[in-house]
Amino acid sequence: MPRDEAGVLSEIKRDYIIKKLKEGKRGDGRGLDEFREISIQTNFVPRAAGSAFVKLGRTKIVAGVKIESGEPFPDTPNQGVLTTNVELLPMAFPTFESGPPNENSIEIARVVDRGIRESKMIDLEKLVIEPAKKVYIVFVDINVIDYDGNLIDACTMGVLSALKSAIVPGSKEGGKDFTLPIRNLPVSVTMVKIGDEIVVDPSVEEEQLSSARVTVTISEDGHLRAMQKGDAGSFTLDEIRKAIKISSDTGKLIREKYLQ
Amino acid sequence: MGTASDIKLIDENGLRVDGRSPTELRPIKIETDVLDRADGSAYIEWGGNKIMVAVYGPREAYPKHTQDIEKAIIKARYNMAAFSVDERKRPGPDRRSVEISKVISEALSNAVMVEQFPRAQIDVFIEVLQADAGTRIAGLTAASVALASAGIPMRDLVVGCTAGKIDGQIVLDLGKEEDNFGQADLPMGILSKSGKVVLMQMDGDLSVEEFDKATEMILDAIKRINEIQRQALAGKFISLALERGGE
Repeated sequence: MPRDEAGVLSEIKRDYIIKKLKEGKRGDGRGLDEFREISIQTNFVPRAAGSAFVKLGRTKIVAGVKIESGEPFPDTPNQGVLTTNVELLPMAFPTFESGPPNENSIEIARVVDRGIRESKMIDLEKLVIEPAKKVYIVFVDINVIDYDGNLIDACTMGVLSALKSAIVPGSKEGGKDFTLPIRNLPVSVTMVKIGDEIVVDPSVEEEQLSSARVTVTISEDGHLRAMQKGDAGSFTLDEIRKAIKISSDTGKLIREKYLQ
Repeated sequence: MGTASDIKLIDENGLRVDGRSPTELRPIKIETDVLDRADGSAYIEWGGNKIMVAVYGPREAYPKHTQDIEKAIIKARYNMAAFSVDERKRPGPDRRSVEISKVISEALSNAVMVEQFPRAQIDVFIEVLQADAGTRIAGLTAASVALASAGIPMRDLVVGCTAGKIDGQIVLDLGKEEDNFGQADLPMGILSKSGKVVLMQMDGDLSVEEFDKATEMILDAIKRINEIQRQALAGKFISLALERGGE
């Protein structure tokens, strides 16, 4: 993620965040394992098959689903196709540039995709029209419109909510429209390490101060489905275990409160 | 992870498709200085993986806006040759290789004393000539050796290894079928001395207990892999000393 690109984080702010962390508090008053306020509005774009407008603190993203029929991958002839793409729009942050996806947006999209895919959230086998010939292709596109940290979690919530609200256009294939077959609700929890502390749902300022990032995506059964360590720093194994515990506890709350 | 299948990956004797035990690594061979032009290089064979790594730099970072006034940036480029896999891969970076390049760069910058080279970049070119599962961690393991063989100051070596789940069992170092038809994959990059985690990705389905078991296996294997890295480098530096008239 961008570090100090929108101008150097003021030294006063930096010192304040670090001082607060030593007292077990965040710069914005949150606890270390506390998310910012979450708001999810589904069917924000009725033209899409499914959509969601997600606010995670001041981070805002719009996720939209489009479903078309097409050919399956040759190695999975009896499964529909799911693809995830993230656009970091230039409107979202002073240093985001237009153009093809860069390594940051690719990493976010792939981590989000892995969490959704590996939790088997959608039953892709129910998206076959004609085996090996014709299946539904689910395109999830995420537009990041306002960036204040933790895009992976905001995007995962957006994809999940948009998919949950999506209608498959079965009537175009001579059948009936139906909702996407959902089996599982994975939750990703992203944490960063600042000094020796691990904090969840980092703001941009916290991301800039942090040395390393880790995302842990857990499904309803409490199993790990996807993980990604990011940024130039490192974690001890104990810190990773702690991160898994935090993700498991915090993720459960988020699933119950916002996603079910 | 791969698709469900009827293929049995562990037989009644507890052995895997290639005859390995759950905690056995595939054969690993590392050579240094296999390329003449590069500042440092290494070649690794890990099971059926054949991977070449070249290091250039430290040299002035370009384009200029990428320079960091405090340290060198590590630019790893992981690339799969068109002929490295069963079906020809379209040459050039795809989304997967962009992501892998990013996580490998981040992992290596923990080991290199980047603060000694402000405004510089160090290029690490990882070319997968033949892929056989676990290319990212084999590439990372070799990249670390190539950096050391280039004489770049390092505080540690990064060692890569994976563990995964096949037929419901945690095993070390997934092979190709195991990767395709297994239930989980956990590639990690670990600093050999401090044991810190500098690369970690995971996909599939692991319980927390299974994760602990997998990391335990990886940590144990790291020692063995690190020994192979050290041997490769020792070979180089001993012969260098002999050339210069040492004993």
